[in-house]
Amino acid sequence: MEYTILILLLPMLTFVGLGLFGMKLRPNTASYIGSLSLAITTLLAYTTAGFYFTMPRIDGIFARQLPVHFEWLHFTETLHIDLGILLDPISVMMLVVITTVSLMVHIYSLGYMKGERGFQRYYAFLSLFTFSMLGLVVAPNIFQMYIFWELVGVSSYLLIGFYYTKPAAIAASKKAFIVTRFADLGFLLGILLLSYFTQTFDFEALTSGNSAIFAGAAGVTFLGGSVISWALVLIFIGGAGKSAMFPLHIWLPDAMEGPTPVSALIHAATMVVAGVYLVARLFPVYVSAAPDVLIGIGYVGAFTSLYAAVVACVQTDIKRVLAFSTISQIGFMMVALGVSGMGGHQGLGYMASMFHLFTHAMFKALLFLCAGAIIHTIGSNEMSHMGGLRKYMPYTHITFLIACLAISGIPPFSGFFSKDEILTAAFEFHPNFGILMSFIAGLTAFYMFRLYYNIFWGTPATHEHTPHEAPKSMTIPLMILAGITVLAGFIPFGHFVSSDGLVYNIHLNWGVATASIVIALIAIGVAAFFYKSRCDIPDRLMHMYPQFHKAAYHRFYIDEFYLFITKRIIFNCVSRPIAWFDRHIIDGALNGMAYVSQRISYAIRGFQSGQIQQYAFVFLLGTLLIVLLVVLI
Amino acid sequence: MGYANFLFLKEELSLIVLMIILLVYDLFGSQKSLKYFHPVACVLFLAHTLLNLLPQETTIEAFGGMYSCTPIGGVVKTILNAGTLIVLMQAYNWVNSESVLIRRGEFYLILFSSLLGMYFMISAGNFLLFFIGLETASIPMAILSAYDKYKYQSAEAGAKYILSATFASGLSLYGISLIYGTVGTLYFADITHNISGNPLQYMAFGFFIVGLFFKISLVPFHQWTPDVYEGAPTPVTAYFSVISKGSAAFVLMTLLFKVFGNFLVEWQAILYVVIIATITIANLFAIRQQNLKRFLAYSSVSQAGYIMLGVISGSAIGMSSLVYYILVYMISNLAAFGVITVIEQRTGKITLNDYNGLYATNPKLSVVMMLALFSLAGIPPFAGFFSKFFIFYAGAQQGFYVLVFIALLNTILSLYYYLLVVKAMFIQKNETPIVPFRSDAYTRISLIVCSAGIIVLGLFGNTLYELFVNMSFGV
Repeated sequence: MEYTILILLLPMLTFVGLGLFGMKLRPNTASYIGSLSLAITTLLAYTTAGFYFTMPRIDGIFARQLPVHFEWLHFTETLHIDLGILLDPISVMMLVVITTVSLMVHIYSLGYMKGERGFQRYYAFLSLFTFSMLGLVVAPNIFQMYIFWELVGVSSYLLIGFYYTKPAAIAASKKAFIVTRFADLGFLLGILLLSYFTQTFDFEALTSGNSAIFAGAAGVTFLGGSVISWALVLIFIGGAGKSAMFPLHIWLPDAMEGPTPVSALIHAATMVVAGVYLVARLFPVYVSAAPDVLIGIGYVGAFTSLYAAVVACVQTDIKRVLAFSTISQIGFMMVALGVSGMGGHQGLGYMASMFHLFTHAMFKALLFLCAGAIIHTIGSNEMSHMGGLRKYMPYTHITFLIACLAISGIPPFSGFFSKDEILTAAFEFHPNFGILMSFIAGLTAFYMFRLYYNIFWGTPATHEHTPHEAPKSMTIPLMILAGITVLAGFIPFGHFVSSDGLVYNIHLNWGVATASIVIALIAIGVAAFFYKSRCDIPDRLMHMYPQFHKAAYHRFYIDEFYLFITKRIIFNCVSRPIAWFDRHIIDGALNGMAYVSQRISYAIRGFQSGQIQQYAFVFLLGTLLIVLLVVLI
Repeated sequence: MGYANFLFLKEELSLIVLMIILLVYDLFGSQKSLKYFHPVACVLFLAHTLLNLLPQETTIEAFGGMYSCTPIGGVVKTILNAGTLIVLMQAYNWVNSESVLIRRGEFYLILFSSLLGMYFMISAGNFLLFFIGLETASIPMAILSAYDKYKYQSAEAGAKYILSATFASGLSLYGISLIYGTVGTLYFADITHNISGNPLQYMAFGFFIVGLFFKISLVPFHQWTPDVYEGAPTPVTAYFSVISKGSAAFVLMTLLFKVFGNFLVEWQAILYVVIIATITIANLFAIRQQNLKRFLAYSSVSQAGYIMLGVISGSAIGMSSLVYYILVYMISNLAAFGVITVIEQRTGKITLNDYNGLYATNPKLSVVMMLALFSLAGIPPFAGFFSKFFIFYAGAQQGFYVLVFIALLNTILSLYYYLLVVKAMFIQKNETPIVPFRSDAYTRISLIVCSAGIIVLGLFGNTLYELFVNMSFGV
């Protein structure tokens, strides 16, 4: 399957080509080139998935494959960095997810971004992102993953700041880059620690289950935890940064300043789940070497999920609601991984997490693309500027509704199946945990339908132009994604992906399922009651708990807290003294040296007189000194 | 002595044959056919270069050890050939200019004689042959410096060079005579065994070595360099700065390793002082230069100091890094000289201020110049970075940490003046900029080759370097 290298090469070459020559092409030509190249990539990814999952299983599992593999940097026999392509169930699954969503976004952007300044640049960046993300998921070793991880961060930065004339977009892109980069520092430290003690970067060696590989770390502890645990915690911090886990989530809502299709691709479906993918990739290590850390990840996920769901209930910017909803759903995936064990029914959480990643990517991309269609026609992100749109935008309305039902967990839409598995796993871990997650699921249904009713029902706002349905290039991707959202739940996901690779038959736990459906329906009912037509209960509630509402609206002041820490404490107490030192001591010393050099240079110029007699004199003097030196030594 | 011995000298012989062909062509060629003199000379020289491209596998000894050429010596000859070819190509405009045209044929012959002298210097196994080679190499250089004889500065350059060179040769010869007096032989191989550490021998060594320091233009034997470089025709200056300097540096190293290996401590001490003086003083002078040829003269003096870092290490790594450094230095410097030559020929402008705003009018030349200066300054990923890296590595490996550190500090200083030129070209504005022009094909090819070399050696230089490492053990 060597052709899999093309899956990476095509987007990369498209990026290079469009990046270098894109601005010379006509905008449409550039976008068609980008989309066509991605369509081929998608086809290749599907072919790969088809071949991979139809291959005979070996010992009941799909074998890992390394169709491309070579040594890139060679330092010593044990320390070398390889590049390659690793195919295993989760990477193949991710290939399908990424290329599908990316292709939809490419097509959608043909309409959405039409006429934007830098249309060609946009497609070049999309290709760069797709290349980086694909490289990340197929990485056979943690170092390659890190390289692509950073590349993904860069392309996210470039795309968030795509409207670089908007100050808010620039600020958001910087924020996203700095926050994730800060988290990546943890990732890098974790990689270094892990590889130092295990002598390998290779995922295969790390996850082989061979405990000898951790022998080097035996007995090494730090602050009461084993060094492997610390390494895994640090690696998770990297993942938490990318996946916007509390308290590193602050960049994601701001990242909505980027073009909406970008939000759909990067900040909903693919890049933000990289952290989940990372934990899943190292899952065997977490389970065997640091089960406590894994449970910690579950708690972080649960808290984040609750926090984001509460905040989402009071936001008024539709993209922000979706952003917080994304954070909350990623929290679900983290919870599923956190409560999971290894193998058989124990490994239900792992399978559920990956399943939810898959379904969520589809319906959340769909939600964002719908939001894009709405923003495209209304020209605003604010809910209050919408209302009653169902008459004007029938396709968008139906597809949005499907996605809302899916995320709320209503059968038979895909979200029901994956979320139900997560809830089951949580209940099996501990009933309280299950109850908490069910409650969050209810909140999810509530805020999604709050959004839905505010946009499509309610009182129509007055518009300058009559809202109209989006062009075909935008509605077709919506319908395709809606189709996937309807059907994806029936994929026997456990046959492809499970914690130990063996076939796992999903069977619904009807107790949990019924309860969750009931909760979701109640939440939808409440939302309908509040927002479908004029109703003053939300306002009354708001006035009853003004403090709480205000705090939630301001996302519990986490951003302000960060600003306080950075601007007041770090800038004043750390940065200023360093800046002073740099400016006065270091620069001063260098300027002093430069000044001295200039003076000396001026002083000795008489030495070069142009007189050959003088040259001969210096020459002879030099010779005698050298002779003296030789003889004396 | 069999005549068969001559067959070992195939590189020298092929150059001599080439010279005879060109001599006959120049004397008897019709006026019409002489139009093709330059291309013919270039093609013939290219053929000569290709014929001798691959170095021999073992050391060749002939005439009872009088002649001895090591594989790495073969490599150096090839490098010199390539450099000479580039110089020839860049000289196209100048040799066909009105005042030189009538003496065109001689230019090639004199240039090749000088190269022939360097061949003999490199493959000498005896001080006599070495000295003949040295003189054969340097007397033509004096003629070349004064080639624009009606120009005051060119004549002055010729006079200064021949006087300084005579002085240096005299001292060197004095040293050789003392060696002969104390050892009783001029064969390198015999001297190595018989050198005992007699004070007279130390003295002899001191006097002898100065002659080579002069050729490499190390401080304090460098003072002729700026004057001669400025006065000589620019292609000749280019030849001086890379070919003459490169060959002398390599010869110095082989002599120190092969003949004066017993004096390791002594010559390391000398070089230590000389390197620091050379790099620092040359850099300090370079900062203030306005004339670009003078500027490059000081830059080349300081580069020579870096080259000596490869010698002082006294190791095989040092040797290969030196050869590599010479190669990279040659390419980079010739790229810079190519730009200066063509601009001087077309517009007569040569000072730093004239280069203000060059990028606006001649962007391609500016980019080539920038590449060359970046490479000379040792900025990654260009070739010059790796050559400096290897040579510092060689020095540090032998424990010369302080020396390497001083050299490193000096690279900062050199970065300053190299960037001055880049700044002039790219940032400064100019009321009367150099007019846009299209350079001739020869110059363009030579600049493309140099730029490609700077980039390719920067990216893939490691392979070539390792090749040199494997060869240099043969010394």
